[in-house]
Amino acid sequence: MTTPYQERAFSEPVVYPDNEVLWQSASKGILMLKCCKSCNEFHWYPRPVCPLCGSSNTFWSQASGKGVVYSVSVTRRAGPIPFALAYITLDEGVTMMSNIVDCDLDTLQIGDKVEVVFKSSPAGQAVPMFRPAQPHT
Amino acid sequence: MTIRGKACIAGAYEHPTRKSPDKTVAQLHAECAQGALADAGLSLHDVDGYFCAGDAPGLGALSMADYMGLQCRHVDSTDTGGSSYLLHVSHAAQAIAAGKCNVALITLAGRPRSESSSGTQPRNWGQNVPDEPFELPYGVVTVNNYALVAARHMHDWGTTSEQLAWIKVAASHHAQHNPNAMLRDVVTVADVLASPMISDPLHRLDCCVVSDGGGALIVTRPEIAKSLKRPIVSVRGAGEALKGPRGGRVDLSYSAAAWSGKTAFEEAVLTPADIQYASIYDSFTITVLMQLEDLGFCKKGEGGRFVADGNLISGVGKLPFNTDGGGLCNNHPSNRGGMTKVIEAVRQLRNEAHPQVQVKNCGIALAQGMGGQLGSRHGSATLILERQ
Repeated sequence: MTTPYQERAFSEPVVYPDNEVLWQSASKGILMLKCCKSCNEFHWYPRPVCPLCGSSNTFWSQASGKGVVYSVSVTRRAGPIPFALAYITLDEGVTMMSNIVDCDLDTLQIGDKVEVVFKSSPAGQAVPMFRPAQPHT
Repeated sequence: MTIRGKACIAGAYEHPTRKSPDKTVAQLHAECAQGALADAGLSLHDVDGYFCAGDAPGLGALSMADYMGLQCRHVDSTDTGGSSYLLHVSHAAQAIAAGKCNVALITLAGRPRSESSSGTQPRNWGQNVPDEPFELPYGVVTVNNYALVAARHMHDWGTTSEQLAWIKVAASHHAQHNPNAMLRDVVTVADVLASPMISDPLHRLDCCVVSDGGGALIVTRPEIAKSLKRPIVSVRGAGEALKGPRGGRVDLSYSAAAWSGKTAFEEAVLTPADIQYASIYDSFTITVLMQLEDLGFCKKGEGGRFVADGNLISGVGKLPFNTDGGGLCNNHPSNRGGMTKVIEAVRQLRNEAHPQVQVKNCGIALAQGMGGQLGSRHGSATLILERQ
């Protein structure tokens, strides 16, 4: 069985004052993470107040965009187009929800290496998703 | 302070409807309240504490207390999704122990079936939800969120779809005896595996039903419970806990039931081996498996083997569960199954379950609820109940 990736009209991400930087960077092809100066840890999703130590001393940092599949489920019957919902553990140590794209979804496995790509929402907002790591990277 | 022995469940009522397009949600709440009060032998004017959650329309407790004509001196509308009502029993016991009320009413009602709600639609949590931009674009609904937990469990422990299917099979064995259950046909493991794949690895028959309906409970102090004509069901222990992705430290290997269960067992001074009947929240088969492990009914990773071969079927296995057919077969009113978990545990302790599924001499029962979404933010509540 193969389930080729198909483009899907997904929900628009809501842009809040505290996540604007992430969406602006995404439109330039960059995935940004929030890091905390007090505890030196990355967190996801980005917040002005660190959820790990409670400090307001947080700053934006560019992510490598590389990670590993922590869990994945191909959703076959929630709308007309199947898609792969996943948790991706980034090299920086945080795990984020995302989609895995640009591949045969049926071949995806936990532990697979992936890299960030950006897919455009119906309104044109770039949203971080992941594809299987390419040989050249 | 402990709530052990400080409060009793004196009234329990499950609305028989499974589809109610012609009734309002408020009416269903009121009918459930009437039912539970009649079951207890109490009246509306005896109620001085009211508990409800996010399914209560309007301004929640404010709207519903007025609609039903309640005069309350204690109110609590804590919302932890489908687990809220187990947590309400615990909070009601706390309020009673503190002298804040004598007769607490807890209601739940909803019409997701009439309103065409489904676990394959995005949930609407309202505006200003902080996590929404980082989840909704990825198509997360209810079923695929839970599927992420199932996929990881299979990867870590070798759990199989056949093992998960046994949970549905057991529920269907019980539902055949419940005339109100939506799905009364006994199914096999093969039936579950042959049902359409919704989100890998969860099939359609791994998912609960969508139903209208509701339920209500009356919690009161032991002196009042003893003056009534119903068997005495005492609250022996309770625990509640929340768990989320914790800033990106996602760990799907355990749920908040590991914490709420520990608290409840410690308060009850009991262990899982003492539990004769268990109501386990069953939004999906994986939900049951995770909670059984996290509550300590088996070791982590052994849930698949524990549930297989009919071990959850009353009269057959070691741990009879969800003898009303549960959410998988009976009902899941308002997409919140916690209320019905308590109701069936009360039936078992009163010796009022269907004779074909009644656990003999059932003296200690556990009710376990899981609200929100197991693969991300969820609230767990554990209740341990005892027949006096």
